[in-house]
Amino acid sequence: MGILAKNDTPILPILTSQMQGFIHHLRQNDFTLGPADTESALRLFNHPLTPSDDARASLKILLTGCLEEWRRFDDLFEAYWYHSGRERASFQTTKPVPNRSKSSLPNAWNSHFPDTGNSSGSTPQIETEGERHSDKGASGRLIATSKTSRTKIDLRQFVDANEIKQAEQLAYRLASAMRYRLSRRHRMSKTGTKLDLRRTIRGNLSHGGDPISLIKKNRPDRPIRLVVFLDVSGSMKHYSRFFLQFVKGLVCQWMEADAYLFHTKLIRVTDVVRDKNSTKAMTRLSLMAEGFGGGTKLGKSLARFNKHYAKRHLNSRTIVMILSDGYDTDNPDILRDQLKLLKKRAPKLIWLNPLLGWKNYEPVTQAMTKAMPFIDYFAAANTLESLAAIEPELAKL
Amino acid sequence: MTLSKQIKERLRVEGYIADNTLATALQLAMDLKRPLLLEGEAGVGKTEVAKALAQIVETNLIRLQCYEGLDASAAIYEWNYQRQLLSIKASEREKTSAKEIEDHIFSRDYLLERPLLQAISQDKSPVLLIDEIDRADEEFEAYLLEILSEYQITVPELGTIKATSIPHVILTSNGTRELSDALRRRCLYYYVEFPSQQREVEIILSRMPGIEAAFAEQISHFVLNLRKEELEKVPGVAETLDWAAALTGLKISSLEGDLETIQTTLICLLKTETDLKSITPEVTSRLLGKAA
Repeated sequence: MGILAKNDTPILPILTSQMQGFIHHLRQNDFTLGPADTESALRLFNHPLTPSDDARASLKILLTGCLEEWRRFDDLFEAYWYHSGRERASFQTTKPVPNRSKSSLPNAWNSHFPDTGNSSGSTPQIETEGERHSDKGASGRLIATSKTSRTKIDLRQFVDANEIKQAEQLAYRLASAMRYRLSRRHRMSKTGTKLDLRRTIRGNLSHGGDPISLIKKNRPDRPIRLVVFLDVSGSMKHYSRFFLQFVKGLVCQWMEADAYLFHTKLIRVTDVVRDKNSTKAMTRLSLMAEGFGGGTKLGKSLARFNKHYAKRHLNSRTIVMILSDGYDTDNPDILRDQLKLLKKRAPKLIWLNPLLGWKNYEPVTQAMTKAMPFIDYFAAANTLESLAAIEPELAKL
Repeated sequence: MTLSKQIKERLRVEGYIADNTLATALQLAMDLKRPLLLEGEAGVGKTEVAKALAQIVETNLIRLQCYEGLDASAAIYEWNYQRQLLSIKASEREKTSAKEIEDHIFSRDYLLERPLLQAISQDKSPVLLIDEIDRADEEFEAYLLEILSEYQITVPELGTIKATSIPHVILTSNGTRELSDALRRRCLYYYVEFPSQQREVEIILSRMPGIEAAFAEQISHFVLNLRKEELEKVPGVAETLDWAAALTGLKISSLEGDLETIQTTLICLLKTETDLKSITPEVTSRLLGKAA
């Protein structure tokens, strides 16, 4: 029967406790393992476990589930069975495990809190205190708390590279969640779920009316087209690094999306953003974005879009999204005229203004007041939560 | 643990050079009767594992290639609608009751077996290869859960079909989409890495018996270095074999010779335009310098 213990073989109690300890150790390091896994692991061995390479390989195959776990397993295995490293000690004490990446995050965050001024008023909720003296089930709660806190923090505070990455992933997820909408009408389709009765009857007249070949119908995907304008002027400097990633997420996930950067000029960046190599794309984009700086000519940029791109890239199912603070150095009438033109082609205009999340901000700049009548949805975009909130808006189209 | 060594040896006979961990993984999958999930870059030989496994346990390989939009009727079963209809027509003149007709046309005879149903209704356990599971939709993953944990399929009109033999299931994934945790937890897991140089040499030698060992070494060394370059699509083992075949076909027996021919044969290894452009003759000669 090979390496597998027969079901009736009694399992040595010492092995049971050792294995339970090991599974617990893995769980503390963010492996999701259930009691069934412990049992299968025990069934693998019918003798007291000596940490050998074969045993390690078997346990690795059994207990890991993804690449990340696969890579970390060897270290964890050694830490537990060979008592090397500090991990073993942490298994029973209440100190956080040193190489737990997720749990170490809140510590990194600590440095931001005292001096952020805490504009949204929600940041102090992060439970760094609680984490220290409650170790049981800590990993689950920690992930949850760190997530909520991160979504509420103003995006300007994403300074640390690691945190930017986390934020980028969140944005990416949001973007992919927003992508798909189904049409309400039906179309003929080979793998459809419903029968197209009219066509079936007509098509089977030659069989004497017996429905031999069935024709089906389905609700086709009608991807919403998306056009994003990202303001990369000086005033948006703090946000643009983050927004670039958000835009990249949108464009890569969305089948029909188009991205533009603007400041005093307009540049189409869809192809750059689509680059599979994410770091390369970001470098190229940031280079382009930095090349601008300075003031904003929103009206002129939109005029350029309307003249050169609008015909091709706008249709009746297009959402136009402008990410800008609305500080325009142009004549605001140009902006008004261009938005009017734009709205003739595109049914929906979303304006995301990071400043709106600030206390006491009113959209009273000339450009903003002129633009307001054309905006269907005007929202703050200074937190991840506010970005998430636009999803239902996209659905309404 | 000699069993996994045996498996490794038998895989070698079939032309698949496995490392110890993979052999253990296959052994475990067979012993525990759990599906084995293989992840890894394209071209590292995930699909080949299933083929080789089918050969060493001397059984048939049932392959389900996943794609976006794959549904239950294409993967599990489908009623043979046309045949049912004909049967109803034919029995119209006989005086059979509606109940009898219904029982008749909803029997196994009228069920078109698709790969998954086929796999659990064989006499001898087949190898079921579910290829590129990450391409299928998430709903399909949910279908799989019942089949992979209970080895049974529920057909509403017919009841539950239990497996006559439990197939050896191998799933492969390229990581285009995150698989659900539920599916991962039901599977054993193995990450297929690019082979080490020594293993790659062995692979080349076993697949192309005519080739000289020194040449095979050069080839694998070159490819190993090429993989370290910044490429969009890193060449897999299959590409290495293609390239080796191309070189021997061109009667080249050492990489030290004709740079120009070697440069042109790189189309076997590099599969995108940017990659081809980024590996200029200069880069090639640098890599060759390392290889020699």
